[in-house]
Amino acid sequence: MPTHQPHTYRPDAPSHPPASFPEYRSNVLRAPHRPFQLLPQRLGEITGPLLGEDRVGPHDHDLTLGHDGEPQGQRIIVAGRVLDGDGRPVAGTLLEVWQANAGGRYRHDADRHPAPLDPNFTGVGRVVTDAEGRYSFTTIQPGAYPWRNHDNAWRPAHIHFSLFGTAFTQRLITQMYFPGDPLLTQDPIFNSVRDPKARAAMVARFDLGTTVPEWALGYQWDIVLRGKNPTPLEEEDDDE
Amino acid sequence: MSELQTTPSQTVGPFFSFGLVWADGPFVVPEGTPGAFRIGGTVYDGAGAPVPDAVVETWQADPDGRFDHPDDPRGAVRWKDFRGFGRSATDPAGRYSLLTVKPGPLPVTGGGAAADGRQAPHLDVSVFCRGMLVRLVTRIYFPDEEANADDPVLTSIDPARRATLIAESEPPGYRFDIHLQGEHETVFFDL
Repeated sequence: MPTHQPHTYRPDAPSHPPASFPEYRSNVLRAPHRPFQLLPQRLGEITGPLLGEDRVGPHDHDLTLGHDGEPQGQRIIVAGRVLDGDGRPVAGTLLEVWQANAGGRYRHDADRHPAPLDPNFTGVGRVVTDAEGRYSFTTIQPGAYPWRNHDNAWRPAHIHFSLFGTAFTQRLITQMYFPGDPLLTQDPIFNSVRDPKARAAMVARFDLGTTVPEWALGYQWDIVLRGKNPTPLEEEDDDE
Repeated sequence: MSELQTTPSQTVGPFFSFGLVWADGPFVVPEGTPGAFRIGGTVYDGAGAPVPDAVVETWQADPDGRFDHPDDPRGAVRWKDFRGFGRSATDPAGRYSLLTVKPGPLPVTGGGAAADGRQAPHLDVSVFCRGMLVRLVTRIYFPDEEANADDPVLTSIDPARRATLIAESEPPGYRFDIHLQGEHETVFFDL
């Protein structure tokens, strides 16, 4: 039985928020207090669920479809590539998105924001990346909404993204923000990312090339999952 | 090859359930699979209150200790309908629940480590919730497993905290509570 692993994945701590960030009020009782223990990357960590087309329905790439009518709001296309830290495309991986409607309200029982619900918008989408790691979906520009984190707190418009990559180690849930949003500077969730370059990488780029004339504005947003450590040159045989 | 900075993690938020909840999410194996059992528990915050807006995901080997993945050098898995992956949101009482089968023991390979025994049967776990900015990673081990005594990960943990990684028998399945904080804080891992 072969016993070597092809590779492990590089750590990516500098781009992530800290586990503890009390400015985000809900974090206070939920962030672990004890330091994380190091988990060596073995077979269970360098493998992961390879979920793909079987999870995606016919309308899942277009959040404006599947209802009786057109949803309210500005139609947008969000497209980009999923890459790993080595710049290689991550092909065939499931990408899930969910978001508020144009008025800033989620189709969720617990959302108490009194903005109107849109009967023609649920706000959930799924796509699988192509051979070049590309994804694209059509949706509605989400609205900002108030929350009670601090005085006069508003979440900037955002779309939630969930990605698997090809390994447990690459699992990522993140948010995409919109360029020029004045709410970004006061948002503790966005600002929990301490590295300004990493923070800026969560903001999509308006792209006239993605815009469809008289139909939808276009944004480009690339997502980077962990890269691989180089395969060790010397593969020590163990006794397995 | 140039190195790119990874995209930062952000919270899953409180309103993910219409997007991330799948009808078949909790089924690592289909209902009726021989040997299948429920494993679940409650996610608690630092005040001991249940967390009703968390999602728990698991990844595991099949009963032979293999992964259905090209990076498992031992080849394809024979287990039909075994997905290896489970996803359960917590309910209003903070409970999650998954239907699965016990994974086999795993060889210790790679990671730059020399052979240091076998890994006891376990599930890799991700926890996301409102308030957490990063994914929390933990492991579920099984009680009454002799292999636990030699597991290289379990034995690396302070003995006083080791029990937080071991499920309790709750026939016909197992209970594994997750404490995000506090006296019984679960051991969480850095990958």
